[in-house]
Amino acid sequence: MTDRKRTTRKAPTRAGGSPAALKAERALRLLDFYREMLFIRRFEERAARGYTQAFVGGYCHLNLGEEATVVGLMSALRPTDYLFTNYREHGYAIARGIDPKRIMAELYGRVDGVSKGWGGSMHMFDLTHRLLGGYGIVGGQLPLATGAALAIDYRGGDEVVMCTMGDGTTNIGAFHESLNIAGLWNLPIVYVVINNHLGMGTTVEKSSAEPELYKRGASYRIESERVDGLDPVAVATAAQHAIEVARAGRPYLLEVVSERLRGHSVVDPAKYRSADEVAHLKDLDPVHAMAARLVAEGVSDDVTLAVLDQEVMSNIEEISAFAEASAMPDVSTLFDYNYATPVPNDSRRLPGQPLFAANPTSGANQ
Amino acid sequence: MTLMSYRQALHDALRSEMLRDENVFLMGEEIGVFEGSYKITAGLLAEFGEKRVRDTPIAEEGFTGAAIGAAMLGLRPVVEIMTINFSLLALDQIVNHAAKIYGMFGGQATVPLVIRTPGGGGQQLGATHSQNIELYYAFVPGLKVVAPSTPADAKALLIAAIRDDDPVLFLENLALYNTKGEVPDHDTPAVIGKAAVTREGHHLTLIGYSRMAHVAKKVADQLADHDGLDIEVIDLRSLRPLDRETIVESVKKTHAAVVVEDDWLTYGIGAEIAATISDGAFDYLDAPVRRVAMAEVPMPYSKTLESAALPSENDVIQAIYQTLDAIGHRRTKTGPHD
Repeated sequence: MTDRKRTTRKAPTRAGGSPAALKAERALRLLDFYREMLFIRRFEERAARGYTQAFVGGYCHLNLGEEATVVGLMSALRPTDYLFTNYREHGYAIARGIDPKRIMAELYGRVDGVSKGWGGSMHMFDLTHRLLGGYGIVGGQLPLATGAALAIDYRGGDEVVMCTMGDGTTNIGAFHESLNIAGLWNLPIVYVVINNHLGMGTTVEKSSAEPELYKRGASYRIESERVDGLDPVAVATAAQHAIEVARAGRPYLLEVVSERLRGHSVVDPAKYRSADEVAHLKDLDPVHAMAARLVAEGVSDDVTLAVLDQEVMSNIEEISAFAEASAMPDVSTLFDYNYATPVPNDSRRLPGQPLFAANPTSGANQ
Repeated sequence: MTLMSYRQALHDALRSEMLRDENVFLMGEEIGVFEGSYKITAGLLAEFGEKRVRDTPIAEEGFTGAAIGAAMLGLRPVVEIMTINFSLLALDQIVNHAAKIYGMFGGQATVPLVIRTPGGGGQQLGATHSQNIELYYAFVPGLKVVAPSTPADAKALLIAAIRDDDPVLFLENLALYNTKGEVPDHDTPAVIGKAAVTREGHHLTLIGYSRMAHVAKKVADQLADHDGLDIEVIDLRSLRPLDRETIVESVKKTHAAVVVEDDWLTYGIGAEIAATISDGAFDYLDAPVRRVAMAEVPMPYSKTLESAALPSENDVIQAIYQTLDAIGHRRTKTGPHD
C-alpha cells in the first residue's frame, strides 16, 4: 500500500469526545471505508479487463458486491491476526495492506506477485501481512485455519485467526470437523460465512437444509450471528465482537449476508439469474449505496467523490502498468520450491528429459 | 546399540524428539488415554500432558488439516493416522494442501509435518483395513514418503522426518511392529531419499521396502545358505524421493532384478522401479525385470484367501529362480523351494 492515496487508518482519536469530534471521526471512518471499497471495485474491474486482455489466466473470482463485507471484516483485525480465505480473495489481500501492485502482478503471473507467480488469483499469500493464503479447494482452508488457531493457543499468544468461506462451504465435511475441533479445544478463531446466496449457480436454499447458516454454530456450542454485509459499519461492529470472543478463547461463527454482482468467475455470464434479479442487483450495490450514504449524511458530495474516483482510477492504471512491466518467472526457477529441506535424489527433470544420461556407462544422472 | 522392537524404536524416537523440541507434539485418534491402537504412544500422555499428546475426534480431514495449519505457524506436529486406509479421508488435506503450500505460495510457508501411519495386510482385517496405498502419496511432488523396514531405520528416519521442514508421510507396517533389531542409542537422523544395500551380492538384485524389504533380506539369506546364491538386496527406505541411482548401479552389477512389493501390481511402485531399470540399465539386463506384488483383489477376510493374495517368501523365491533360469544361472545345489 506504498503509494495509494488514502486516509490512514489510525486508531480512533478520542480527543475531547465532543459531539462534533465524534461526528468528524465517524465521517472519516465512513470515507475511509468508501475509499477502500471503491479501490477494490476498480481493482476488480481492472482484473476482469486484464482477463479479457489475456494478461490474467486460469480462474478469476471477483469481490464485486462484496466490498463492504471485505473492508468491514478486515478493519476489525489487528495486523498480528491471521487471515485464511478462499479463492475470491483479491479484495482481502488489498484490505490487509498488501501492495496492490504485487496483487495485480500475481494475477499477471509475474515474479513480483505476492506468491511470485506460483499461486495466481486463488493462491495469494503474504506472511508479513499475515494473509495465510487464499485456497482454491472449497473448504480446504478451514482445517488449516483451525490448526493455526491451535498453534496460537499452544504458544499462549493473543492473536486471532479469521477464516472466511462462501455459503456453499458450510455443507462440506471439513466445515463440521473444523468447527467441532475449535469448539472442543476453545480455539481463538472466527469463522466467517460470506453468504452471497449462490454457490456458483446453486442457491443456499437448494443446497443447505438449514439455510440460516449462522445457526449451524449451535451444533458445536459456538456463538454465532448474522449481519448485513452491504453495510461496512455493521460488518465491522459484528466482526469486532466476534474477534473479542475469539481473543477471549472461544471460536465464533459470523454469517455475513453479501451480494455477488456478477458471475461466479469472470467467465460466468450467470444466465441462471432472472432479469428481475439482475435488475434488483443494482439496488444492492454496496459501493453505490455507500456513495449515496456519504452524500445524504453530508460527509461528502458528488464532485468530491468523482475526484476520488479519478484518483483511484489513475492509481489502478499505475498498478496494472507495474504488473505488465514485471518479468515472467524464469524457467530455470521451476524447481526452486520442490522442498524446503533439500534431499538427495529430488527429481528435477523437464518433460522429455531422460532419467539417465544417454550413455549407459556414464552413470546415473541426478 | 540396543536390541529392541520396531514399535519401541518408534516410541523412543517420538519421546526423544519431544524432549528435544517443545514444538513437537502428537495428534491422532486414541493416541493418549488409549495409548494408541498399536501402542506406539504408550506412556507419552502421562509424561507430556494433553497439550502435547492430543486425542482428536474421529475426523481425519479435520485433524490432519489442523496439523498442517499448526505446522505453517512453526509447530512440528506428528500426526498418527490409525491405518493408512483412513488417510483417504484426509486425502484433500494431504495432497491439495500439505503437498502444495510450500510451492504454491512461492516458498513463503513450510509444512514441517509428519504423518505416521501403518499399512499392511495379513491380519485378517478384510478389504478396507489391509491396503498398501503409499503409492498415492509417493506420486505427489511436495511430499516425502519414507518406509523403514528395520527398528534402526524406524528410529533414524522418524527423527529425520520430524526435523525435516517438509511434510513427510511415514509408512509403518502392522507386521513389522514386533520385529526386533539392533538400534543405535544416539539420535542421529537418517538421510531421507537414500536407499540402502542391506545385502551385497552379484547374482541378482532384489528390491523391496517396508515389510517386503524385510522379506527380501530373509529370502536372500536363506538362498545363500541353501543354494549358494549371492543376491543383492536393496531396501528403498524412501519412496519419494526415489534413490534411482542405487537401484541402477546394483543392476549394472547383477544384470537382473526382482521387485517385491506389498501393493497392487498394476501401476504400482514396482512398475516405477522396473521403468527406472529400463531407463538406466537397459543394456546391462540379462532378463526382464520381474515384479512380485499383491493379488489385484480387495483383500479377502478368510485366511486361505488372504494368504494367497499376499506375496509370500515362496513367491519371491520362485520369481528369483525363474529369472535366474531364464538367463542360464543354475542353482549350485537343490534348494528347499523347487
